[in-house]
Amino acid sequence: MIKLQDLEKSYGNLHAVKGISFEVKPGEVLGFLGPNGAGKSTTMRMITGYIQPTRGNISVMGTDVLSNPQKAQEIMGYLPEGAPLYGEMTVAAFLRFVGQVRGMTAQRLNERFDEVVRQVSLQKVLSQPIDTLSKGYKRRVGLAQALIHDPQVLILDEPTDGLDPNQKHEVRKLIQNLSKDKIVIISTHILEEVDALCSRVVIIAKGKIVADKTPMELAQMSRYHKAVYVRFSEEYEPLEALRALPEITEVETCSDHGYLLYTEPGTQALHAVNQLIHDRNWDVEELHVEKGRLDDVFRRLTMEDAA
Amino acid sequence: MSTVTTIFKRELLSYLSTPLAYLFTVIFLVLSGIFTFYLGRFFERGQADLNSFFNFMPWLYLVLVPALTMRLWAEERKSGTIELLLTLPVSPSAWVLGKFLAAWVFLGCALILSFPLWITVNYLGEPDNGAIFAGYLGSWFMAGGFLALGSMFSAATRNQVIAFVLTLVVCFVLVASGFPLVLDAFSVWAPNWVLDLVAGLSFMSHFEAISRGVIDIRDALYFISIMVFGLWLTAHLVRHTVKR
Repeated sequence: MIKLQDLEKSYGNLHAVKGISFEVKPGEVLGFLGPNGAGKSTTMRMITGYIQPTRGNISVMGTDVLSNPQKAQEIMGYLPEGAPLYGEMTVAAFLRFVGQVRGMTAQRLNERFDEVVRQVSLQKVLSQPIDTLSKGYKRRVGLAQALIHDPQVLILDEPTDGLDPNQKHEVRKLIQNLSKDKIVIISTHILEEVDALCSRVVIIAKGKIVADKTPMELAQMSRYHKAVYVRFSEEYEPLEALRALPEITEVETCSDHGYLLYTEPGTQALHAVNQLIHDRNWDVEELHVEKGRLDDVFRRLTMEDAA
Repeated sequence: MSTVTTIFKRELLSYLSTPLAYLFTVIFLVLSGIFTFYLGRFFERGQADLNSFFNFMPWLYLVLVPALTMRLWAEERKSGTIELLLTLPVSPSAWVLGKFLAAWVFLGCALILSFPLWITVNYLGEPDNGAIFAGYLGSWFMAGGFLALGSMFSAATRNQVIAFVLTLVVCFVLVASGFPLVLDAFSVWAPNWVLDLVAGLSFMSHFEAISRGVIDIRDALYFISIMVFGLWLTAHLVRHTVKR
């Protein structure tokens, strides 16, 4: 379990993190979201013992990070923002170095080395200096370094930043396949990632938590939640009729004869819309209920705070 | 301790994988040759010793050591690898020690590579090889003092040029404080104990005796305490300034 209590960090007059508290249990994958400069990296740096908080407490699996950083660091794997690495070393030498510094025995290191190299597919570049690798490979070396000791806790600061869609997919698959009793905290800008990976989302803005929910709960806060999307095969001029339905509060015209119908919270409009379509004998190409859009919720939550 | 060894090995190998190390060694050897033969008048003196080699050692270190130490910490801070390094479960002192030892051993190797001079002097005459050995040992200890101070200034800033200049200036003051140029400025007005203190702080006064083959435990202690002090401050800076 990771426990953050009233965590604060100030640099002079600049308050980067203003009282953050949350808990993460084993098995959870926590998505840590927020606009640039919201304090995501600062918080992760405090959890990993890189910087000292101005106030507050952090414990990782029962170890207090402030009084005993090394013991906490032993059970954590960390990918810092931008994945800094020793460029002049080869991939193999670097991974072995990290393993040795972590005090792994030669046998254990050999086992884990092979395992991790396979997991992040580094076989082809093992003897290449890290400086000569592409961005995607560098990021994977950073991940491998965080995984080498099979840590219980993984802290990944923007693990898919700068990767192409295929590489992003691979990294996500890798995180999903990690053992189920681990704690994973990932920060990201990419909202689809949250949907695909995270069991819980903490959104911060200006150093404060503005939401702490499951991705589904978050989607339900969206104004698109339960909105009905309908697309006709030709133009019927249905606006009047749609607006007349009691469940519908607003109609938005989309391209290609499509309409987005916002509903009164807590009501179900699909049935009424379907009835109307039947009555008028309209030809429909597409009809579905929206689940809600995370980007909409994200924008609202983080902008609200700014205002 | 095994962590220090791991870090030491990595650092030493990283020297060898960059052109800096080779450039450094070549410049060190060429300059020490020039100093010994031209400025030190090795042949003209007609004496079978390496004093003309050792006498210029402090000046050589003054320029070359800051170039070696300026990257120790400043580079890690600039490239961000410091974050990787300080989130591994290792105490900052282990990093400080490992990095210092690698630089010290590297400099020791460069020093040993000046052995053709030793062969030359043995070929030409019958020098006191014990004194020469003492001179080498003294040079190496003095190098340790320079390196520890350089490591401290490298940890104090993220700018390598600033680290270089600060190390150069402070080391210059420490070397020069034993010279008449500086001491005369004090002798006019200051009491003798001040004069002794200033001279006592100088690298020069402690190195001179050793370079002539006299190993005094106090001189060795002087360089050791400079090293301990420099490294202790480096660890303190890494712990508090670098980590913020």
